[in-house]
Amino acid sequence: MSDVNAPADIDRLGAMVAREPIAPEPRFRDLVVRVIFARASTSIAAIVVVIFFVIAAGATWIAPYDPLEQSFIAVNQLPSWQHWIGTDQFGRDVLSRLIYGSQNSLVFGALSPLFAAIIGGILGVSAGFFGGVTDRIVRRIIDMLMAFPELLLAILIAAALGGSFWNVIIVLTVAFTPGFARVARASTLAVKQEPYVEAAVAAGVRTPVIIFRHVVPNILAPIVVLMTLWSASAIRVEATLAFLGLGTQPPHPSWGNIIRDGLENMFATSWPILAGGFAITVVVLAISILGDSVRDALDPEVNQ
Amino acid sequence: MARYILARLLGAIPTVFLVLTLVFFAMRILPGDPAVAALGDNAQPAQLAQYRAKMGLDAPLPLQYVHFLAGLAVLDFGQSFMSDTRVSTLLLHNLPYTIELTVTAVLIGLVLGIPLGVLAATHRNRLPDDAMRIYSLIGYAIPDFYLGAILLVVFSLWLGWFPINGAGTGFWGGLYHVILPAITLALLKSAFIGRLTRASLLDVLGRDYVRTARAKGAGERRVIYRHGLRNALLPLSTGIGLSILATLSGSVAVELVFNRPGVGQLLIEAIHQRDYPVIQGGVIIFALFVVLVNLAMDIVYVFVDPRVRVQA
Repeated sequence: MSDVNAPADIDRLGAMVAREPIAPEPRFRDLVVRVIFARASTSIAAIVVVIFFVIAAGATWIAPYDPLEQSFIAVNQLPSWQHWIGTDQFGRDVLSRLIYGSQNSLVFGALSPLFAAIIGGILGVSAGFFGGVTDRIVRRIIDMLMAFPELLLAILIAAALGGSFWNVIIVLTVAFTPGFARVARASTLAVKQEPYVEAAVAAGVRTPVIIFRHVVPNILAPIVVLMTLWSASAIRVEATLAFLGLGTQPPHPSWGNIIRDGLENMFATSWPILAGGFAITVVVLAISILGDSVRDALDPEVNQ
Repeated sequence: MARYILARLLGAIPTVFLVLTLVFFAMRILPGDPAVAALGDNAQPAQLAQYRAKMGLDAPLPLQYVHFLAGLAVLDFGQSFMSDTRVSTLLLHNLPYTIELTVTAVLIGLVLGIPLGVLAATHRNRLPDDAMRIYSLIGYAIPDFYLGAILLVVFSLWLGWFPINGAGTGFWGGLYHVILPAITLALLKSAFIGRLTRASLLDVLGRDYVRTARAKGAGERRVIYRHGLRNALLPLSTGIGLSILATLSGSVAVELVFNRPGVGQLLIEAIHQRDYPVIQGGVIIFALFVVLVNLAMDIVYVFVDPRVRVQA
């Protein structure tokens, strides 16, 4: 589940489909219940993720101040009842900036793995299903992109494109696409061997129908697991890009640029740094614990 | 053996070529005129034209591409837009700092991570193992720049044990300045290396030859280090390559936190100033590093695992 560790996980995910040909599909609700209540750590992680969603969705109502409102009579304040985490060098309320920053993390954490799953899915399924030249081209692209650690790839693309909202989405999507393509390809190869696909081909069912009716539903599980795991990565990489000044641009709050502003002002107060990083760490930790549990629940190897 | 290495070397060439081509065209399709970026919005058209001619920006794109490749062949990355320095000079000045940081971090990461992994594997499902699991989870979730910022605030700002920024001079000065940034990256990588060592060692310790070694009465120490760890090294060597790459990408943010010279710092500054030749040079250096480390991993594999030689 670590960045550098992703390839190993991906192979495991790809093999998931291959190893579990006839196991009865667990009902989605049963699966959710089983995952969340399996361990105390998972339950806590689920609660943290729900709180994160609520805060991000309700930022407008929850935040005590406007995150952009500057006040030059209230700069660099320490935590108090008026400002729970104090104020920054522009007199902005740090707590409100953190709360609004969570929206940013949520959007990138949800959208980029989704886009990457769609694009990577299309690439992987076509490579796995059609084989031949398509497969060779896709594999070549995957191998090349996979050679780069995704953060480095993200920095390199951001360097070329610059940091606006959609550019950051593009950056993260490109960085995560090869992983999805690989899983989708491996899973498709496994599903293609199944009798029901062979039967459909023999019966003369049209190719698009085979792909959407028989292949895609059967490779969704590993893709969903990967999306969960990588939304944690996406939040971390987005924060890093914002920290480097390549992501969300100031004055708009992002957990990454709160730390950036904090470092410039560290001689006056270190509260923004500590609080901003704490938020990222807790949310990434919670999402990756959840993702791990989902994977364990779906992966027969662990259950045995 | 030699054939295998040669094949790998040749195999890396298309990747390098593709990266260079991508970098070149990415820089050219960018919105914004480099001449305007260099001279400012108030520059006269004549000045702009003169500048473009000087930098070779008025040539047709294919010709520029040929010039670009020809320049690279002699390690000429062009000239910085912002200062009158060659890009190669800037890179050569900054590269040693990044290498110093990366190498120190990976070494500390290995020294910390491997024993932690062995401890976790030999105490499976007991306290050290659980501690290791929590350590690796947190090590994954905490962003490197945040850990760096915490260490900076605590050890440099509050306790005053380490310098706030810079890189120092001489061996001891360098070491004194590199230690905190390196520990930042090393702590994160040791979590990864530790987890990998644990998994790999557990796998090996379940093998028949380990049981045989135990059966013939070899001491536990000998079983673990001689029979176990040595064979666990193979998957580990891939992990080490991956952590070198991860450390390298982490160095960008960490250099910024500790305000330390290096290729990452150079690249980020160039991006903010829209200094395209420097961005181009920095990106190429990082990309070459990635290709080289991957290549080295492939070659190391042959030495560690003789079976690969047979397949090649």
